[in-house]
Amino acid sequence: MLNIQNLHARVEDKAILKGVTLDVPAGEVHAIMGPNGAGKSTLSYVLTGRGGYEVTEGSTSLNGEDLLALDANERQRRARGEDEIAAPAFLKLAREKAASLKIDFEMLKRGLNVGFSGGEKKRMEIFQMAMLSPKFLILDETDSGLDIDALKIVSEGVNALRGPERGMLVITHYQRLLDYIKPDRVHVLAAGRIVASGGPELALQLEAEGYDKYASAAA
Amino acid sequence: MSLALALKTGDVSRLPSRRDEDWRWTDLRGLIRTIPTESPAFLGDVGAGPFDALADGSVVIVNGWVREGDPAPETGVLALRFVSRGDATAHDAEFAVTVAPGQTLTVLESYEGQGAGGYLANIGLDFSVGEGARLERIVLVDDLADAVTVSTADVALAPGARFAQTILTTGARRQRLETRVAHPGAHAELRLDGIYLLDKQRHADLTTQVTHGGVDGTTSQLTKGMVDDQARGVFQGRIIVQPGADQTDARMGHHALIMSDKAEVDAKPELLIFADDVSCAHGNTIGALDEQAIFYARQRGIPELEARAMLTEAFVGEVVERIEHEPARQLARAWVAQHLGRSIL
Repeated sequence: MLNIQNLHARVEDKAILKGVTLDVPAGEVHAIMGPNGAGKSTLSYVLTGRGGYEVTEGSTSLNGEDLLALDANERQRRARGEDEIAAPAFLKLAREKAASLKIDFEMLKRGLNVGFSGGEKKRMEIFQMAMLSPKFLILDETDSGLDIDALKIVSEGVNALRGPERGMLVITHYQRLLDYIKPDRVHVLAAGRIVASGGPELALQLEAEGYDKYASAAA
Repeated sequence: MSLALALKTGDVSRLPSRRDEDWRWTDLRGLIRTIPTESPAFLGDVGAGPFDALADGSVVIVNGWVREGDPAPETGVLALRFVSRGDATAHDAEFAVTVAPGQTLTVLESYEGQGAGGYLANIGLDFSVGEGARLERIVLVDDLADAVTVSTADVALAPGARFAQTILTTGARRQRLETRVAHPGAHAELRLDGIYLLDKQRHADLTTQVTHGGVDGTTSQLTKGMVDDQARGVFQGRIIVQPGADQTDARMGHHALIMSDKAEVDAKPELLIFADDVSCAHGNTIGALDEQAIFYARQRGIPELEARAMLTEAFVGEVVERIEHEPARQLARAWVAQHLGRSIL
């Protein structure tokens, strides 16, 4: 599914990713954890094609297709799961998904993200995700700014999409999110490299011990 | 100095120029070397107007000549069409609308450039809104790219009257759409809105002047625009609160998006306040689209150009939503989408 090989990227003259290698097979959920400045968000931006990031070495592919050769919107289209859908069926689906995420349908009539609270924005993200049902998901700091109730709703939305055909990369700062979205693998990103990988227990260990030892390992 | 005077006398030195403070960004003298000959009367078919289906009656003025038709309705909805079909020629047109006390009228006004030849059009309008009467004026301006148009509307409000206006334009070679309002206070209400969407070398100038002459008057203004390529948008909004016009509540907003390095927006909000107890405010912003929002859309599979159009549509949409006449609001929404290269489902 998602394959990252020796990825190097920089912003202007500053090297941020220094050789990330990662393989997320279909059906698995991988978590990336790491201290501030490790390059977690850069990784998600490079994968999704945001401007301002230059890949200097390495490659990334989704189902064998080179992602770096595609525009941001084309990448999303490759990752998208749904077939064409007729308007009434779309509306019916939207009502169902909104109800399951406890989103008031009236909210969908408002301008997107106009005057939304942080929680409402996140919920809307998850709603869009449920509607698009992509084959591969990258969730970057999805838990930031959420209270416990919102976190549960968001996690349930994500878990509902787990399946043998779908892969996920969950980028997070805290272990808390992983109580709700159970990862198959956990990777630690520090100073632009993956410095440790393990099972879900690695997240708990990080929570207890902090990132200190990895920061020194990376340096 | 005015275009009307220049057309009447054939003397280009009567044209407003950059030396006239109110015309510094819409210089006609520097553009027009000789006054063109008068546009001939055009008697052929001018097709349907954009608002025909919404109106109770219509007035069609082609190259300054009023076509024979039904008398204009005094209440309900009037479609007022100014059709220009020139051949490097010039024409003048005038029209007056009076709303009797207590009556309600909607004027759906359109400027329609037809044919291939350029034209110089000067249009003068008078709106008189009687006591407690309501008038909503919605103006769609679709001039040809090489046209020069000046439209000036004088609005007189009686006590308790309400006048609401929304102008939507794509500009012209040079174009000035001016509204001057004599506001008596006295619980009269005024809304003056505008949208300009300009590309290539088009120019549009939305100028307003509101004079509050008495106590208890409100004015609300919101103009939003987008300029691309080498286009130029001009907004000049002047609100004068005369001595004694206390309790005036006036708010003016102008916000513009610049999409290209060579596009330009010139804005001059002016509040001239000679009374003490008033509430007046203006806000003016000019900027680019939020790159973060564009990336947000692209991450969801929307190509960049479409994302830019969607965001621009949402940006000016706030003005469209203030249109009160619902069918006209829908039409305005579709007009905006069409001019941004988007089709509305």
